[in-house]
Amino acid sequence: MPVSVSSSQLVYDALKSCDIRLISALPETWLVHILRMAEDDPEMTLVRLAKEEEGVGISAGVHLAGVKSAMLMQNHGLLASVNGIVSLAHLYKIPLLMLISYRGEFGERDPWQIEGGAATEAVLQALRIPYERLDDPSHVASRIRKAQTLAEAGLKPVALLFGRDLMWEE
Amino acid sequence: MLRIEALEAIYSRLEESVVITIMGAVAAELQSLGHRPHFFYMEHSMGLASSMGLGIALARPELPVIVIDGDGSILMNLGSLTTMARYRPKNLLHVVFDNESLLSVGGFPTATATGSDIAGMAQAAGVPRAMTVTTISDFTTAVDQALEARELTTIVAKVEPRGPAVYLTDLGLLENRFEFARALRAG
Repeated sequence: MPVSVSSSQLVYDALKSCDIRLISALPETWLVHILRMAEDDPEMTLVRLAKEEEGVGISAGVHLAGVKSAMLMQNHGLLASVNGIVSLAHLYKIPLLMLISYRGEFGERDPWQIEGGAATEAVLQALRIPYERLDDPSHVASRIRKAQTLAEAGLKPVALLFGRDLMWEE
Repeated sequence: MLRIEALEAIYSRLEESVVITIMGAVAAELQSLGHRPHFFYMEHSMGLASSMGLGIALARPELPVIVIDGDGSILMNLGSLTTMARYRPKNLLHVVFDNESLLSVGGFPTATATGSDIAGMAQAAGVPRAMTVTTISDFTTAVDQALEARELTTIVAKVEPRGPAVYLTDLGLLENRFEFARALRAG
């Protein structure tokens, strides 16, 4: 499976250097190595979800309790989380660090990913969530840190879209 | 059993715990009994109270956490039963007041009115302790046993579909949110 181990390691190291202690996730192909790294790390709590919206509630609780967390999901998980983002994270000013694999974009071969890809950025814009793409491994550490900084200063969700060039080697 | 009487019966235990309630009637009733800085009322995002309680319980294993859920709310997020069961924090007590209806929007019956069994689903999801109670004394006993057992527990308390006349309180949502975070971080 040509998911990039080196980029996954960069992402995981960046999360660790941001003092992330809990990651919620629903497994998805591009995220498998990051999930494995989290699972193998005794300092990290990995919460495997049944549906991504649970992660909004979990991260909200973790934040209010004074601990830093991140959410790992596919862009369809963003679509599945919309009500929680609006009526919990926005309503109660909760920072969320959302790391989203950007499926259904240029180069996508799986037909079932296409519609989600087409909706992703429009949904983020409609939700007023600041976001940036991540395609270049050299940007990973600084953008994750800056995303976390903005989320915590603004007390709101911030998203990073992991692109195919970052996560997939072929 | 009336929900407010059940809340009153366990109020002293709530005072010693971090409490997350769902929206509407439950939030207003608990506030009428006495707000505390470590009580959070999730005034929307139906279904996520149990997820928030799980997050707090995992992040702060030293704090006892009580989620006060409802049948309509947990039915919106049944997967949460499986996620709670998977990590089964010992400091989490999940109370579900089951009035078999969506009371705050006109009393339409939920699926528990036609036989769906939330305690049964919690048990089948893997929650180590799950039970249904129908009287105040059984409810109070179940809460005390759960807190003593220090094992993830779901208590479904069957209550009458009656709530307060008004759901709005004078506690602002953000006031509650910042006060709650400060209380948790201090404690």
